[in-house]
Amino acid sequence: MLKVLDSAVPVACWSCAVAHNDATLFCPHCSKIQPPPGGDYFSVFGLVPHLDLDLSELEHEFHRLSRKLHPDRFARAADNEKQWSLADTALLNDAYRTLREPIHRTEYLLKLHGAAIGEEHSGKDRKDPSRVPADLLEEVFELNMQLEEMRAARKMGETDAELQASLEQAKRKFDGLMDEVDHDLRAQWKAWDEGDAGARAAAQKAMVALLDRRRYLNNLVRDVTETLGA
Amino acid sequence: MAEGRVVGIDLGTTNSLVAYMQGEAPVVIPGVDGSNLVPSVVALDPMPAGGGRPTVTVGNSARKSLIETPERVIYSVKRLMGRGLQEVQSELKLFPFRLADDVEVGEVPRIQLGELRFTPSEISAYILRQLKRNAERFFSEPVTQAVITVPAYFNDAQRQATKDAGRMAGLEVLRLVNEPTAAALAYGLDRAKVGTIAVYDLGGGTFDISILKLRDGIFEVQSTNGDTHLGGDDIDNLLLAIALDEIHAEHGVDLRKHPSAVQGLRKDAIDAKIRLSTEAVARFDIELPNGDRYQREIPREVFEQLIEPVLERTAGPCKQALADAGLTPEQIDEVVLVGGSTRIPAVRKLVDDLFHLAARGKKPHIELNPDEVVALGAAVQADILAGSSKSTEEMLLLDVTPLSLGIEALGGTVARIIQRNSTIPASATEHFTTGVDGQTNVAIHVVQGERELAADCRSLARFDLKGIPPMSAGLPRIEVRFLIDADGILKVSAREQRSGKAARIEVKPTYGLTDEQVESMILDSFDHAEDDFAKRLLIEARNEAETILSAVERAPQSPAWQQLRGEEQGAITAARDRLAQIKQGEDAAAIRDATLALDQATRRFAELMMDAAVTTAIRGKTMENAGEEMGDAVTAPHPMAQAEFK
Ligand SMILES: [Zn+2]
Repeated sequence: MLKVLDSAVPVACWSCAVAHNDATLFCPHCSKIQPPPGGDYFSVFGLVPHLDLDLSELEHEFHRLSRKLHPDRFARAADNEKQWSLADTALLNDAYRTLREPIHRTEYLLKLHGAAIGEEHSGKDRKDPSRVPADLLEEVFELNMQLEEMRAARKMGETDAELQASLEQAKRKFDGLMDEVDHDLRAQWKAWDEGDAGARAAAQKAMVALLDRRRYLNNLVRDVTETLGA
Repeated sequence: MAEGRVVGIDLGTTNSLVAYMQGEAPVVIPGVDGSNLVPSVVALDPMPAGGGRPTVTVGNSARKSLIETPERVIYSVKRLMGRGLQEVQSELKLFPFRLADDVEVGEVPRIQLGELRFTPSEISAYILRQLKRNAERFFSEPVTQAVITVPAYFNDAQRQATKDAGRMAGLEVLRLVNEPTAAALAYGLDRAKVGTIAVYDLGGGTFDISILKLRDGIFEVQSTNGDTHLGGDDIDNLLLAIALDEIHAEHGVDLRKHPSAVQGLRKDAIDAKIRLSTEAVARFDIELPNGDRYQREIPREVFEQLIEPVLERTAGPCKQALADAGLTPEQIDEVVLVGGSTRIPAVRKLVDDLFHLAARGKKPHIELNPDEVVALGAAVQADILAGSSKSTEEMLLLDVTPLSLGIEALGGTVARIIQRNSTIPASATEHFTTGVDGQTNVAIHVVQGERELAADCRSLARFDLKGIPPMSAGLPRIEVRFLIDADGILKVSAREQRSGKAARIEVKPTYGLTDEQVESMILDSFDHAEDDFAKRLLIEARNEAETILSAVERAPQSPAWQQLRGEEQGAITAARDRLAQIKQGEDAAAIRDATLALDQATRRFAELMMDAAVTTAIRGKTMENAGEEMGDAVTAPHPMAQAEFK
């Protein structure tokens, strides 16, 4: 695993007063728990920001840190240590939840680097035609018509086997397109992790576009699944 | 802080238990009657003639009042914990309790019991206090810290209400642990250390399903789901409703108007349910007030058809939990059954179907008593928190929040900020601003649940951010941090970032007690003082001594006495005299020892009396009649029979 260099701001330990950098969860001198460190989710695990993570190593580190930080280990500690254990563990859990999931991890890293990532809200903008990827315009138009028909038929208590089959086929197609996006994203991970500043900027731009496309496809698939399962 | 013991408590809908870690194994602490289970029943004794507050009794002794004075007894109070007025009202359609007349919307509902009113937390506090006393009696030392279990699917308000109850009972609640997770801990102590397990927990009033991954002593919950309105009570109510309807239709008697008759019938319904777990048919045979008899056979097939809709309601949460964990039934290595209702064969069949167990040559785990396993797990967690024992030092529980946390956004929709099944503690930071120039307050509505509209979710609290420096609209930047702690309870803090000023937050929990209210409900706090503690131990020891002495007093009238050898009679008389004398002194431990000695001296006599009672019963009389003939000592549990002393 890539490790963070000792570059963070120095602060003094609350317990032994020896200086250490503010990215650490425990004092290197007296091992006491420290208030929540500054720095990003990657630094919680002692990592520099990168995308191609080893998930089993991440889990192992998560368990190791949980054993030391968890409030269960501080049930009878002084109030300040109790508070820090709670805050540090919340940070650890938030970090782990974000980093172990590939899409969340990518979004998080891009946001760290100033990219504006569309938030996934209750899908208000998903019908906005300007957001439809150009190569999918025709298919999406067709699909929306079929979804409307399907819902109308459902309401009347009718079943339309042909329509059902057609929707299922569309779902398979969009599932396949999602897989392609995921594959492309992974390729960009490598480009970002290993590239120089220029390559990173290019990879970043490509990933923002891929994440937009993925979000769009995801909403479509969800719509179809909901309509089929209703 | 004193490093006393930490006990584990299962505060159940039907029964409650307290357990502790005895060396490497968790053990349930019996009550004074020798029973491990304390029925979660609270009764108010009659008003004392001279005025003052009536005594509150808990457990088996309270259960006795159910038939005689049902208006002074409450059970299944867990169903009311942390609930609002409307929810409580709908619960009360099924339970014969009365709300206090003066309860207002927005207040914590109070239950009318005799001439007094109690919040659900206070009722639970009485149960907790009883368990605390049982533990103190057992250890002969004060117990002030506990782990208490709650259904995994309990929301914030229900958890807070449980913590409040602990405080009222004089207990520092070190942790709330989810019941299915506790059960997994109890099983995990001596089990293979790697695997994925599902815990199916169908108790008296709640249903939980949790899926956990075990690895190197870490119990990591993957997902949880459930229904806090589903349990054995629902099955009892189905049987009860049938009986009440049939009695009304066939005999023209409306028993619903007679609370004590309904209680009697409920007991029969429960007996029938229990019998149907082992037998093919159960019977109702009840004498009605008008002299008629209501007789009815319930074959198991009819029973299973009847309860199918109830059991089927557990399937959805199981499937959702699997989906949330990203697992198929085949990927579940073990299934653990928890809760008395899992004794029902139809429940076991359903679990088998849901997790494809038989098809894979597997069986659900039922090795630990389903009534006790949660308390045992709570004791394990208590030991982890105490941090002093080798057997649990490698163990750690990572639990999740069962429900998503959200904020009401424009248009009444919910912006989710912490997703369900997030490992706790978990946090989220949100930014808010003002909509009007000079605005100094911002109101935030926090909800819990999975629905799209805030109105369909559970309202947790309204926060009022006050003291925002007056600025142009949209300029203030208020950072609000939401943190769900290890008990699953929400904490909120806020800061205005431009001025750096900490915004003041006024929390109005939608259903909950204020700190001051909890303070005012703390049960008689004399429990804390060492002096009073010693006094109480002495009183309890004397009471126990008196119980056994009065039983022995009547012994010579029993035919069994004549069967004893002379020296056995002599030993009993000597032990009796010794206890009678020591009882006058102030040494609780000495009284205990003498009580135990008398108990041992009378053991063979008690056996002889039991034999005599059984023989009488076989001759065509009931045990109860036999008991009357022989004196109380026969049917009353031998007061010291199962209690253990250190
Ligand atoms: Zn230090």
